[in-house]
Amino acid sequence: MRFLAAIALTWITATTAAMANTGIPTDGALGFQHAVTPIMERIVEFHDLLLWIIVPITLFVTALLAYVMVRYRAKANPVPSKNSHNTLLEVIWTGLPVLILMVISFYSFPLLYMSDEIPETDFTIKATGYQWYWGYEYPDHGVEQYLSNMIPEDEIVDGQERLLSVDYPLVVPLNATVRLQVTAADVIHNWAMPSFGSKIDAVPGRLNEIWFQVTELGTYYGQCSELCGRLHGYMPIEVRVVSQDVFDAWIAAEPGTDDANAILAQNTADRATRLAQLD
Amino acid sequence: MSADSATHDDHTPSLWDWKRWVYSTNHKDIGTMYLIFAIFAGVIGGAMSGMIRLELAEPGLQVFNDSFKLFGMLEMGDSHNYNVMVTMHGLIMIFFMVMPAMIGGFGNWFVPLQIGAPDMAFPRMNNISFWLLPAAFGLAFMSMFVGGPAGGEGFGGGWVLYPPLSGLTGHPGPAMDLLILSLHLAGISSILGAINFITTIFNMRAPGMTMHKMPLFVWSILVTVFLLLLSLPVLAGALTMLLTDRNFGTSFFEPAGGGDPIMFQHLFWFFGHPEVYILILPGFGIISHIVSTFSKKPVFGYLGMAYAMVSIGVIGFLVWAHHMYTVGMPVDLKAYFVAATMVIAVPTGIKIFSWIATMWGGSITYRTPMMWAIGFIFLFTVGGVTGVVLANAGVDAALHDTYYVVAHFHYVLSLGAVFAIFAGWYFWFEKIFGVKYNSLLARLQFLFFFVGANVIFFPQHFLGLNGMQRRVPDYADGFANWNEISSWGYAIMGVGMIIFFLILIEAMMSRRKGEANPWGEGATTLEWTLSSPPPFHQFSTLPKIK
Repeated sequence: MRFLAAIALTWITATTAAMANTGIPTDGALGFQHAVTPIMERIVEFHDLLLWIIVPITLFVTALLAYVMVRYRAKANPVPSKNSHNTLLEVIWTGLPVLILMVISFYSFPLLYMSDEIPETDFTIKATGYQWYWGYEYPDHGVEQYLSNMIPEDEIVDGQERLLSVDYPLVVPLNATVRLQVTAADVIHNWAMPSFGSKIDAVPGRLNEIWFQVTELGTYYGQCSELCGRLHGYMPIEVRVVSQDVFDAWIAAEPGTDDANAILAQNTADRATRLAQLD
Repeated sequence: MSADSATHDDHTPSLWDWKRWVYSTNHKDIGTMYLIFAIFAGVIGGAMSGMIRLELAEPGLQVFNDSFKLFGMLEMGDSHNYNVMVTMHGLIMIFFMVMPAMIGGFGNWFVPLQIGAPDMAFPRMNNISFWLLPAAFGLAFMSMFVGGPAGGEGFGGGWVLYPPLSGLTGHPGPAMDLLILSLHLAGISSILGAINFITTIFNMRAPGMTMHKMPLFVWSILVTVFLLLLSLPVLAGALTMLLTDRNFGTSFFEPAGGGDPIMFQHLFWFFGHPEVYILILPGFGIISHIVSTFSKKPVFGYLGMAYAMVSIGVIGFLVWAHHMYTVGMPVDLKAYFVAATMVIAVPTGIKIFSWIATMWGGSITYRTPMMWAIGFIFLFTVGGVTGVVLANAGVDAALHDTYYVVAHFHYVLSLGAVFAIFAGWYFWFEKIFGVKYNSLLARLQFLFFFVGANVIFFPQHFLGLNGMQRRVPDYADGFANWNEISSWGYAIMGVGMIIFFLILIEAMMSRRKGEANPWGEGATTLEWTLSSPPPFHQFSTLPKIK
């Protein structure tokens, strides 16, 4: 049984690693999207640990079931025992789960506090959820709110993703520690980014905050994760993680304009060229 | 005298007398009506999940668009109508399928029989409990055809009804008001039923049947109805506040007027979490009886089983905010809810292991109900361990509102509760209807359900881990593969559902006469001492329990 569990886990880990590319869902994937923040890395580690606990438990229960089904079928055991108590057994199957849960919480609480307590941050971004698009502001950089809408399916061009790409993405510099404040203007939305391990409700009248620090360049996609009405499935989140220079140029070009987008496009093209040279 | 009165009371009215049903005060007739109602609602709720899986079978909008017509005639509208389907599927399955089947149907039928009582304590209240349900269902159904959001009909905000989406901001039309009234009626129905069960179980047990000799199904119903009695008034309060917010200018949940939308979520889940235990606890009782009957052994650790259910019920009231890890709660509060939630794994584990220990040393026959029961134990274990994963707020940041959650709660409800209902259905079918079903077909149905349900829901774990969010009619192309497989699973389960109706029709047409006790020596509870079907009035002389 341990052997089977090992195979299953290797498969899961292997496929996750093999399919890792920048933050986007992958067909046939069995696990998380590629982790690019310290929080998400910890989540993946902790979830691996949980798999090591829950898969063997499930297999153990299945094996027990299979054993009693075969061993105590009426043909093999025509006379049933009348045994209906075993104090030691009952103490064990109460105590052992308690121990397992204590092991889980030993790892669970540090992760919870680590992800929830915001460290010293480099700057703040404010995201506002609307039916059905996002608005982003960079108060520390004097950038007023610009809106981020999904690119409709018939306007998708090469390099963009259906349902995921937006016209004016959120941009953050590599390795910067960012505080994200989230609220909503009409109904509840949720700002979610699988690769970052970020998911926080955008609630009208409240200002929620989370933090992230992205350690890999790239484009990452998420989607609104709280049912918010007709076009709930059509308000994606796109984050470009770029070098500090590109970020500064983007800020200077006034985010939410074609000029700013041109800088991002130039950066993507440069990167593609550099990657091609490496090959 | 006892033999005398037994024959004297047995004047069964005609099946075709409408007064027998509409004016019914007989717990068995009311139980049958509940079961029929649950099947009716289950078919509608199941058809809605069919629309959902059809839409999700491939990326893009295939069903909920301008051009698609179901069966060439029904226009399915836009993605708002998809949201309505998701919402109504959830509400119908919970309030009009699982609860009526387990508590109204099996509870009404077998609580009095198993405690040796002639009927429920308040037979007339039992009648109104039932008849409020069709009215509630009617209102819910009507809500789909009146104005909801601007330019749409019906309420599409999910079964959790979160404001402001369920307020005037999100759904200004009357659909939401109809839905609130519908849930009020369903809630009144359940509260009246709960009072009835509590009184019956506390006061009408046969002489000698102490609380600690009560069959586990009766225990499970007792715990369930206490949860109902304590949690439903909270939902009613929240819904009433929502109603006045919408219609009378209050602002309980309106931030602009000093209210708080998160307050609604706390109230809702204070009801909502006990509610999910309400859906599964009677199933625990049913499974215990079946496992013990077909192992020809008494239930292992009877007291542990009973008090495990009591403790699940109590802890069920202390964990509600684990549904709300992402709303922006203080971290210490989250930590408390993590700890409290994980505690539930302990009594649940006790139940799983006790069922296996009941089988251990037994002489097991694999009749139809036993197959469903074993299927239940396996599937509930899978749903249980993913619950432990979700309990951890740290991981929940990645899994909240994804298909992982959908997979988790369908494993414990769609597979757990529904398998328990079918187990009970085939366990008591002969007792209820007085005819035998075709057990070969019933096993075939089990096979289709077991395979189908797993094919639907197991891949959804992967979708959730990979980030697919709930309640969307269209998804990124990277989710296509598992979604297609999941939709095929629905087709398999659909075949199982057709077999279910074939079994029903075949049994009713061929009328093989049922035995009083078809299951032999393992069936020890009082209902098996009566004929199948039982006399219209039973136990006019109370049985004595040793």
